[in-house]
Amino acid sequence: MPERIIVPFGPQHPVLPEPIHVDLVLEDEKVVEAIPSIGYIHRGLEQLVQKREYTEYVYVAERICGICSFIHALCYSQGIEHIMGIEVPDRARYLRTIWSECSRLHSHLLWLGLFADSMGFENLFMRSWQLRESVLDVLEDTTGGRVIQGTCKVGGVRRDIGQEKLDEMHRELDPFEKQCRDLGDVFLNDETVKYRLQGLGVITKDEAYALGAVGPTARGSGVAIDHRDTGYAAYGDLGFKPVVETAGDCYARCAVRVKEVYASIDLIRQAISEMPEGPIDVKVKGTPDGEYFSRAEQPRGEVIHYLRGDGSKHLARARIRTPTLANIPPLVKMLPGAQLADVPVVVLSIDPCISCTER
Amino acid sequence: MTVNEEQTLIDVALENLMTEVEGLHAGGYRLVQIGCTDIGGAYEVNYSFDKGYQFRNLRLTVGPETEVPSISGIYWGAFVYENEMHDLFGIPVTGINIDFKGTFIKTAEKYPFSVTRRGGGPCRNA
Repeated sequence: MPERIIVPFGPQHPVLPEPIHVDLVLEDEKVVEAIPSIGYIHRGLEQLVQKREYTEYVYVAERICGICSFIHALCYSQGIEHIMGIEVPDRARYLRTIWSECSRLHSHLLWLGLFADSMGFENLFMRSWQLRESVLDVLEDTTGGRVIQGTCKVGGVRRDIGQEKLDEMHRELDPFEKQCRDLGDVFLNDETVKYRLQGLGVITKDEAYALGAVGPTARGSGVAIDHRDTGYAAYGDLGFKPVVETAGDCYARCAVRVKEVYASIDLIRQAISEMPEGPIDVKVKGTPDGEYFSRAEQPRGEVIHYLRGDGSKHLARARIRTPTLANIPPLVKMLPGAQLADVPVVVLSIDPCISCTER
Repeated sequence: MTVNEEQTLIDVALENLMTEVEGLHAGGYRLVQIGCTDIGGAYEVNYSFDKGYQFRNLRLTVGPETEVPSISGIYWGAFVYENEMHDLFGIPVTGINIDFKGTFIKTAEKYPFSVTRRGGGPCRNA
């Protein structure tokens, strides 16, 4: 029996954008066990809810994550709106959907670049991030912020997008989609990419479900969980269907994200075409008194904001369960059997967002 | 359209927790999250489950020193939430499959921190 050694992976590692630590138990070069630990960047953002008014906490919620910031604000706002019985105007629902899908686009393109980098495919990395820049430009044009948008609020949205800009966005979607499909073809069809990813970090459908996997990690294993399917914001009007792959390996998780890029472009196109006229917010009166588990679909999977109000202007409790926390147990099951050199690829395949996870 | 997802909330006693969780597991529910709420002198622990977007929540109320049995023998992935319960709220959870013994979430201060609540008093146990 080969000697077992423990190799620490992270928290600082060239492929890790954020700090997660995994103790890898190896036999020669093969991983036999992986034990994760987090906690390097816990910020105590949940506790801040007791010091910020419920309308101000949207800004804090948005800063939980630097990538899926808009969807955190959306999930929080939807939770408060449910507790207070606020009906959001239709135009606000569509605008929220457009910005949510822009967030998903830039998050997936960011991840595709990082994933290509983890495989040593530098040109693919640069091309992915080049395309991501054009999404960030749209976010900056329409919200004023590339990363933190600040447009979602309880009762609607703060900013509108004029018809001229919507038309311009619509015109730019076709050439952008072509560029994304050219990029996606490399991820999906390049022999070296397939050779590196297929059969790696496999997790079956039953395992993914039992371990509580969410997002592309679950959908790459054939578990069709996507909270957009419940029809929140404008998704119910747009005929949304989740993207599902079945192989359960790193290639399948990559394929889900590539195809979700195409799906997001299509959703934005539909939302622009069907954009209703009307107000973008309603006046919010009173304070929240009640509780609700608000759920939304981030690029990494289902996020939950448990919100509890006691009738005062501060919430009594906000508890946020981010998708990466739910995807850590599946990661622990994916790693055994992998070679040490494949560990960065497998870890990245769940798209870990640690600042989000630790809040 | 306001989100109107049906959410079921069931209060559960400590001695019935494992039976209830086993029942949900047998019924095909996935574990969504476990979260704690400080209610002043006690903690509410919410065990959330989902099956086909049907959300069910078991609510356990325990005192600060009450030992809570781990459900990681039923839902293997529960260890992340149970270690978090211990590290951020100090709730003792027994029998976790991967027990980090207080090092899963590393904080400079030991729980439950010293943030002043809006009522002016410190957090319980501070």
